[in-house]
Amino acid sequence: MTKLALTAHRSPALRLPRLLAGISYYDIASLRDHEERYGPLPLWGTSGRRRPGRLIDVVDASGLTGRGGGGFPTGRKMRSVAAGPGGAVVVANGAEGEPASCKDRLLLTRLPHTVLDGITLAAHAVRARSAYLCIHGQETELRDALEHALAERRAVGLDPVPIQLRGIPGRYVASEQSAIVQYLNDGPAKPTFSPPRPHQRGVGGRPTLVNNVETLAHLALIARYGDRWFRGAGLPAAPGSALVTVSGAVRRPGVYEIQPGSSCGLAETARVIRYLADENAGQCGPCMFGLPALADAMADLAYQGCTGRAAERVATLAGLVDGRGACRHPDGAVQLARSALRAFEADVRRHDQRGPCPAAARPPLLPVPGEADWDWA
Amino acid sequence: MSYELRVNPIACDGHGLCAELLPEVIELDPWGYPILISAEVPPGLTEHAKRAAAACPTLALLVGKATGERG
Repeated sequence: MTKLALTAHRSPALRLPRLLAGISYYDIASLRDHEERYGPLPLWGTSGRRRPGRLIDVVDASGLTGRGGGGFPTGRKMRSVAAGPGGAVVVANGAEGEPASCKDRLLLTRLPHTVLDGITLAAHAVRARSAYLCIHGQETELRDALEHALAERRAVGLDPVPIQLRGIPGRYVASEQSAIVQYLNDGPAKPTFSPPRPHQRGVGGRPTLVNNVETLAHLALIARYGDRWFRGAGLPAAPGSALVTVSGAVRRPGVYEIQPGSSCGLAETARVIRYLADENAGQCGPCMFGLPALADAMADLAYQGCTGRAAERVATLAGLVDGRGACRHPDGAVQLARSALRAFEADVRRHDQRGPCPAAARPPLLPVPGEADWDWA
Repeated sequence: MSYELRVNPIACDGHGLCAELLPEVIELDPWGYPILISAEVPPGLTEHAKRAAAACPTLALLVGKATGERG
């Protein structure tokens, strides 16, 4: 313990990975590994700026939303539970129902203390009297690993509200929040008719905060680094990072931490067409004049829009340039523009009618040589 | 015998004379470069096409016997 106290924990990761920063391929992160990386559990005090409910304000400001698929604002959910009649219950949902998803399982098997921190922080914030972590009942290895992690924490008295581990029957709808609540109430693990919703009347009839385990892991980092840090990744409308499972016929299946809202396809296309326009040989008029015009129109659609005519202009210019060079260079740019209009049809409509989406302002993805010299980018 | 038109886009400087002399077949794009409405020269316009080709300051307009090939 002395050694632990002397070890300064690492500074927070602004870039990705964040949640998965401490992951090891083979080993479970021990409590010691965890605290070395993230520092001690920041249980907020009892009054003023450090009062427990203050964490709810920070979560609210962070814009964290449920990572179990629902996407409900976590701060709002916490607030309604905290505002209830008291004796609240926190339930961490680690019983991932999606057959192809294993992000929650990865968190629980490799980084259990991030999730457990989140449970205790949430329980503290909503003044809960009991807390549960639900996993699939048949996952006995995971269960043993989590029991071990909980024992590590008990040994140092980390969780004021003890976290009870529960296995729930492994079927798809059993991991739906009302099904979990009903199961914890000694009923069948099947969804119930609502309202009342769990945050109104849940486990034992108490206000119950049901959160996905990834959501709680984010909460553990937000409690340490704050809402502004969290918003340093992702989009204003979808802040922070998120775990996704990539599987099937892909080169590298696995769990990835990504920033929601990928780059804008129209913006990427505009950048590439600008590059192609700059690369014209200066020999053929239609290419010399047409490609820069096409690039302008494409940039207009990607970054300005809002005229209702930007897409039409791209299509018209594409028609003017197509097939009119000595070589196929302009034709390639035209095909790219036309393909973008088709592939990003919904984005095209949005940009043209309402202006660019937030993704258009994101840092570019495709490497485009000479881009630094452009004055519009 | 049918004839067809071609524009050498590298040679063309967009003077626009061709569109003046052969408006039935050639129009200009927004930058003044010729667009062939049809590559094939309508039967009655062969002489006009040849005149337009001869008038081009950069000799970018070509009239030849139809081969059916584009390019």
